[in-house]
Amino acid sequence: MIEVEPERSLRQETKVVGQPVERIDGWEKITAAARFVDDLEFGPALLHACVVESPHAHARVVRIDTKAAEEIPGVVKVVTGRDFPFKFGLYMQDRYVFAQDRVRFVGEQVAAVIARDAKTAARAAALVRVEYELLPAVLDPVAALEESAPLLHPDLGGYRHVPWFFPQPGSNVAHWRKIRKGDVEAGFSAADLILEDTYRVPRYAHCAIEPHGMVGLLDAAGRLTMWTASQSPFTQRHVFAEALAPLGLSHKDIRVIAPSVGGGFGGKAGVSCEIIAAALATAVKGQPVKLMWSRAQEFYNTYQRQGLVANVKLGVKRDGSITALEHTLYWDAGAYVEYGANVVNAVGLSATGPYRVDNVKIDSICMYTNLPPGGPYRGFGYSEFFFGLESHITRAAERLGIDPVAFRRRNMIREGDTLAYGAPMNANGLAEAIDRTAEAIRWGQMETASAPHKSIGKSLVLFWKAPAMPPNAASSAFLKFNEDASLNILISGMDIGQGLLTVMAQIAAEILTVPVSKIRVETPDTDRNPYEWQTVASHVTWGCGNAVLKAATDAREQIFALVERALGFDRTSLYLEDEKVKCHGRPEWSLPLRDFVITGIQVQDRTFKGGPIMGRGVFMPEFSSAESDPETGQGGHPNVHYTTGAGGIVVEVDRETGKTKVLKAALAVDVGRAINPDLVRGQIAGGLLQGLATVLYEDMRFDAAGRLLNPNFSDYKIPTALDIPEEVIPIIVETAQADGPFGARGMGEHTMIPAAAMAANAIADATGVRIDTMPVTAEKIAMALNARRPECP
Amino acid sequence: MRIPIRFQLNGMARSVEVEPNDTLLEMLRDGLGIKSPKTGCDRGDCGSCTVLLNGRSVRSCLVLAAEADGCEILTLEGISAHPTALQEELARHNSFQCGFCAPGLVLSATELLARNHHPTRAQIQEAIGGNLCRCTGYTPIVEAIEAAAGREP
Repeated sequence: MIEVEPERSLRQETKVVGQPVERIDGWEKITAAARFVDDLEFGPALLHACVVESPHAHARVVRIDTKAAEEIPGVVKVVTGRDFPFKFGLYMQDRYVFAQDRVRFVGEQVAAVIARDAKTAARAAALVRVEYELLPAVLDPVAALEESAPLLHPDLGGYRHVPWFFPQPGSNVAHWRKIRKGDVEAGFSAADLILEDTYRVPRYAHCAIEPHGMVGLLDAAGRLTMWTASQSPFTQRHVFAEALAPLGLSHKDIRVIAPSVGGGFGGKAGVSCEIIAAALATAVKGQPVKLMWSRAQEFYNTYQRQGLVANVKLGVKRDGSITALEHTLYWDAGAYVEYGANVVNAVGLSATGPYRVDNVKIDSICMYTNLPPGGPYRGFGYSEFFFGLESHITRAAERLGIDPVAFRRRNMIREGDTLAYGAPMNANGLAEAIDRTAEAIRWGQMETASAPHKSIGKSLVLFWKAPAMPPNAASSAFLKFNEDASLNILISGMDIGQGLLTVMAQIAAEILTVPVSKIRVETPDTDRNPYEWQTVASHVTWGCGNAVLKAATDAREQIFALVERALGFDRTSLYLEDEKVKCHGRPEWSLPLRDFVITGIQVQDRTFKGGPIMGRGVFMPEFSSAESDPETGQGGHPNVHYTTGAGGIVVEVDRETGKTKVLKAALAVDVGRAINPDLVRGQIAGGLLQGLATVLYEDMRFDAAGRLLNPNFSDYKIPTALDIPEEVIPIIVETAQADGPFGARGMGEHTMIPAAAMAANAIADATGVRIDTMPVTAEKIAMALNARRPECP
Repeated sequence: MRIPIRFQLNGMARSVEVEPNDTLLEMLRDGLGIKSPKTGCDRGDCGSCTVLLNGRSVRSCLVLAAEADGCEILTLEGISAHPTALQEELARHNSFQCGFCAPGLVLSATELLARNHHPTRAQIQEAIGGNLCRCTGYTPIVEAIEAAAGREP
């Protein structure tokens, strides 16, 4: 295999990379040719499952009586935790397939009924009688830290976990990420202003429109096939193999097929409810079993975005320079943190934001609570902490009488600056992002409101995010030619809507000069497609893109080697153009790819040389390490790079009703290289709206018993077409990422990260009201404004 | 007790028997293999199951199958037999990301354009206001419908 010189690909003039080509899967979506898990047919043998859920946030399971359910005609089997005493988890094995001796959140799976049809399964599930002994529950992360708090995981000390987690057995602390850099006490002593406050962020739901769906089949020969709505087919296979090893299943016995997926946003990463279907399939060998999550289950028993209580203490000098930052983050990580603890970890590494701060103390604390498991959500914790940090930065600047944008320019991080964990900052276009965003929202210029009782506010905030992944997260690609020189690319990155398949086709098209219209990239099957860790962390354009770049380059080098061997050309004189091999210095000669990429090249003695051309590419960052000093976080290189940018907004707030209207939202993101600018703009429009919704109206409401009060789209409002900003201005900044394909780095999550702080700061600018608890609803604004009005006589 | 019903599905006469409590969505997806209407919430909130019943958009999860007796049903399968200007513009604008909401949105927009050849932006937003999309921020969809409105169907 050929190693690609990144420098060469960076400088290369491109024809396809950088073009806003049409999505290669566009027509599949627009004609309903695309098949999602629920659309697949399994014939009349298909069984359906329904899960029995805990109604309590914390309780001991005393006994389960399945007899009445088993007697319903059409019921095939009822299973409980006794049938599957198996643990699972991505970064920490703290979950069971079904609850064992206790339940830890409302909605947790206790048992399941498998029946001939879904309605019978649901009817029987209601007849499973579970006797519980209630235990005190803790729903708040700060309360969970108290000595007197009920202990959720007495066996924490025995849980397997990755080496970069630091659980504290005997407490509810599942992980505590510490960062210590410089001398914070000295930093605060040198400050002219110390500003400290606490910000609160509730839990949020992903709300992919496709619910989780999964079908499992353990065939008579012992082969387990899973069809899942998934961002992570290979990680799922691995977690299934680990959890189900006691049943004799290993990686080669398990096959995950991931058809089109109807949105992910992190919610379909890792393994949550999918483990249930995998287990159930083993209970009814020979028959496929289907488990579809309802919209309500989608809210209360998949990963949720974790809640956060963040205390920010910032020291600044009168000239606007930051002297110290102390950032303490208490995460409401829920009942199981097998994935969510890594969100906590990622934020701990990066909670300075894109600022140069010499003296840093960060404590990012992962707390078990009796709420549903937290987990990955677009932004991976960054949206949450940036609400507080960027609110705080603006407040500090205003207290000093410094323009908040000038303050940010002064303190922003630059290439080569030392990050909080000790490694150097990568090349970035943050300064350009700030300038262009400020220009887009006409920063500093007054605007006139549309009515006397309305006020205009503006803000500009910064953001950054690094992919959060194991240091050795790998991507790979196969590329094979067809007779007409069209191509199939096999990868296991998922197109969760972001356009991955199209971007991979563009990368291969650029190297092999085959048009995108002749390239097919499809959804994966772990038996056929090569390894991809997961489609998360905004890393697949970079990681999977590098693998495809290498596979295409490998194929090209095979082509040149064959032409040299068969026809005697010097391979260094060869190049590809318009689907042909050409030779420098011999403009009259060319050889179409379609003439030989399958059948080989015929030589003088009438024999053939060569054969099918197949490229192979593997990419893994070889410079990353997640291990560091547990007390300081110094010494590793946990993040491969950061993507940076700025977001600006203009809002109009009705001072009587508190209602906020977004007049203009601009977002500049340094993507390194926009392989498809149209898809980049699509991410910006979509991510911004998702972020604005979290600050303007969404949030999950739980009652005192830990029950989710709004598990549906009537009570948990997500934006409709009537709720979009009047104008969205996407700004693409391109400061090349040296090890990215054609200089690209990821940007999918980043588009929602700044939104909450953008809105909160602009609303404060418009009204003078500072809301430090998300969401910043019309109700909160109106009440705060009312409280300031003088009493009526 | 099963109820015999007859209807036109994507231009073809069909007659089937349904349970009294079968929804139109269940009949289409499970009974007839018409998979374009999707189950996103099963309570009329998300619009993913939108089909046209006698030219009017309905949420097929809220309509009983028996109510379709004597009606004309149009789903995305029926439209896609001869791709429309609307579909071409949606493709050209890279309007969809995951595409799960696409069938419902295409039908809502089809209904709008059949009634109003020159809708305003606000009318477009109103017409698709019942179709939830989590990926796109709606802007590229609205722009494609605007572009299609200016073309022959």
